Amino acid sequence: MQATENSFGGMRQFASLVAKLGTSTKTNDKLSALDRYFNEAADADKVWMIALFSGRRPKRTVTTTQLWEWCREITGLPAWLFEESYHTVGDLAETIALLLPERPGPASAPAEESQTERSQAAEGESLAYYLQALMRLGKEDEPAKKAFVQQCWASMNKEERFVFNKLITGGFRIGISQQTVVNALARTAGVDAAVVAHRISGDWDAATTPFAALLSGEGASSEVSRPYPFYLAYALEGEPASLGDPGEWQAEWKWDGIRGQLIRRGDILVVWSRGEELMTEKFPEYQEFTGLLPAGTVLDGEIIGLRRDEPAAPGALPFAVLPFAALQTRIGRKNITKKNLSEVPVGFIAYDLVEYAGEDWRTRPLTERRAQLEKLIAAAGHPLLVLSPVVDFNAWEALATAREGSRDRGSEGIMLKRRSSPYQVGRKRGDWWKWKIDPLVIDAVLVYAQKGHGRRSNLYTDYTFAVRDGDQLVTFAKAYSGLTDKELAEVDAFVKKNSLEKFGPVRTVKPELVFEIAFEGIAASARHKSGVALRFPRINRWRKDKTPADIDTLGALKKMLELYGK
Amino acid sequence: MALIEFTDRGLYCASGQFYIDPWRPVDKAVITHAHSDHARAGSGAYLCHRLTKPLLDLRLSLDGVRPAVQSVEWGEAVFLNGVRVSLHPAGHVIGASQVRVEHNGDVWVVSGDYKTEDDGISGAFEPLPCRVFITESTFGLPIYNWKPQTELFAGVRDWVAENRAQDRTSVLIAYSLGKAQRLLKALEPTGEKIYVHGAIDNVHQALVGAGVALPPVERIVPDTPKELLRGQVVIAPASAEDSAWMRRFPSHSLGICSGWMQVRGNMRRRNADAGFAMSDHADWKGLLAAIAATGAEKVYVTHGFQAVLTRYLNELGIAAAEVRTEFGDDEEASGNAGDGE
Repeated sequence: MQATENSFGGMRQFASLVAKLGTSTKTNDKLSALDRYFNEAADADKVWMIALFSGRRPKRTVTTTQLWEWCREITGLPAWLFEESYHTVGDLAETIALLLPERPGPASAPAEESQTERSQAAEGESLAYYLQALMRLGKEDEPAKKAFVQQCWASMNKEERFVFNKLITGGFRIGISQQTVVNALARTAGVDAAVVAHRISGDWDAATTPFAALLSGEGASSEVSRPYPFYLAYALEGEPASLGDPGEWQAEWKWDGIRGQLIRRGDILVVWSRGEELMTEKFPEYQEFTGLLPAGTVLDGEIIGLRRDEPAAPGALPFAVLPFAALQTRIGRKNITKKNLSEVPVGFIAYDLVEYAGEDWRTRPLTERRAQLEKLIAAAGHPLLVLSPVVDFNAWEALATAREGSRDRGSEGIMLKRRSSPYQVGRKRGDWWKWKIDPLVIDAVLVYAQKGHGRRSNLYTDYTFAVRDGDQLVTFAKAYSGLTDKELAEVDAFVKKNSLEKFGPVRTVKPELVFEIAFEGIAASARHKSGVALRFPRINRWRKDKTPADIDTLGALKKMLELYGK
Repeated sequence: MALIEFTDRGLYCASGQFYIDPWRPVDKAVITHAHSDHARAGSGAYLCHRLTKPLLDLRLSLDGVRPAVQSVEWGEAVFLNGVRVSLHPAGHVIGASQVRVEHNGDVWVVSGDYKTEDDGISGAFEPLPCRVFITESTFGLPIYNWKPQTELFAGVRDWVAENRAQDRTSVLIAYSLGKAQRLLKALEPTGEKIYVHGAIDNVHQALVGAGVALPPVERIVPDTPKELLRGQVVIAPASAEDSAWMRRFPSHSLGICSGWMQVRGNMRRRNADAGFAMSDHADWKGLLAAIAATGAEKVYVTHGFQAVLTRYLNELGIAAAEVRTEFGDDEEASGNAGDGE
């Protein structure tokens, strides 16, 4: 096969971009690195770069176990030592890049190379070359895969190997948001950022989409299913009185489901999650909406477990939501049975209208979008397609009181939206705020610690906590965040000095440090020793003033389950 | 009785009645090098290499009273209570030595901290045949293999040039004893004037005073005009990194020189603009080569990845055991403490 791109060093170019984005602490440096990349890289590589940074990685054709074994074969290291290395680095792709011997001068002797296209895996191939070669490997047998990967390793330096391994294992989390990529792309292409964001969203194939087509919107994401970038709210810090006149604001309940866009165009209906995942097949009940909504409609709302079988009390919501844990039983499944559908019916709480009659409505004020949305939902008249209820209030104090009742409704607080606001792109301050209720908290003791990943590699930062049950400690939650770097270092030092036992990467720690664990919800769980599963557990603060004798009991957790777990 | 025992004060030679790098005050201390986790104040008498002496004077003086230090050259034998003691280059930092202890035909070597690559200023690590070798293991994991110094230094120079082109100050974080001097050598070919933090200047002056040839430095003082530092190269210890001291630079890039920078996560955690995986400790290959070269029948593994290195050595057929010490197992920790400002 002929190399399709004349882009000497495309992989090297990409590897140095990744290195730059990964280390630079200045947004301007990141932007200029991106600008340079978009100006210099070959078009096919740029398309792949955009695909990778927006989570569109091709399907895995090589497993992590294979990578692991092929690397072990080269290095001759025992398995346990490989694992120790992995636990210290916290990333498989990087561990392998570090363990492989430095490139020994020129790549392997040409005489030994097979005369297939694989022998082209020499220095200077493009990013697109590697990605397409990796995709083709899906059809090859294991020895061919191994030969290709090991040959690539032999021809690369450490930085390139890291990126190459990442292409295989996935997960390019490298200190940059998709928005930053969009902004840089918009600048080099001279197109508005919102337009770029829209064009690169949805369903398109990096292997077949030319760069120009992607940016011009032709042939990229199939027009009919393309979602709009979501408008995201900031958390309100402090009191809402700072927002001014309550009359300018619309309040709604904040739901704990999955943010999604319901797109009804042509004769189809698709659902996108906020993570830009196409979830249509997960929710077959939505297909019933197809005939009920006019073509050219895009709704923004919450995908959530919904029940309408109990008659609503006066003044109560016309529906009841199910906890997130219930929804999770639906998302995890490949095949959805009738039983699943009847146990956890999934509905859609619509709160915005982004496109109507095929027209982009994002610049119209919320009041106008809401009025039209109300008409649409009423006309559709489907029990699982509901309107997000508006919380009436005249004064901020009244809203604060209403907010106290959030948990009783299965809501996590209040959303505040300026009545005149347009539907913006990404997270923007000013017009939309989330005003969440205070989390549930419980005091617990640290009992296990494990080394973290990425930025926290080689530090014990992943913790398991326990509450008291008589004279026993029962673990009930894991938490990874909530401490400052300084506190992390302090806990890390404590763990290293006070380990009781080691189980692989996990250390049992002397139960001494007490933390306040905050969480958003609680549900019964047969899988956990404690019998409960928490939603979004994190460390609220380090209770240096408390000893293990002061921690909460399993009974206290059970009580919370009774109150809020239904 | 073993020639060297592991006690709660440190490594102890009962026959010779001396300690090596003790962590509590003792009568007689043999010191491998002047980093603060190896050289601690309060002991009655010290024995160290000639170039370590001025640093002990600088760092271990109490109330203006200098410690009692006897200094020797590498290879020079001293008899302590009939036990033959000699110091040999460890390649770690200027003056750093391995301690060879011989008594009744039994030979033990304490490595202190060491690196096997010759950095051109600390003396080339000397493999010493012995029966028992006590080795450090700071970077005893196979992910730690350093680039050759020439390549590393070229990277530092490129980074400095890039910053200069953007009128940014290059602030390099490095220990005052060890990497600071290596960086001076690395940057010498650029002809750049090098500004340094006070802690680095103190060590610098002590070394220059003892006759070590180093490129000149310019100490940053409270009066140093901000504008003068624009686009310049600065070397500072880790303790300065998050302090008010850094505010004097109009616009700067932070480059951290540490073996821990080998892993991306550490670089991101430190919020560095650049990380140079540069260490004064042996890398994985260096540790294995050094241990093999001693021909030791028994290896004790101290500070660092003890468990890993010990297990691996045993699997290779080299009898090894872990020893707990109070030496810093972290470059940064020892670097910070050693800078004492």
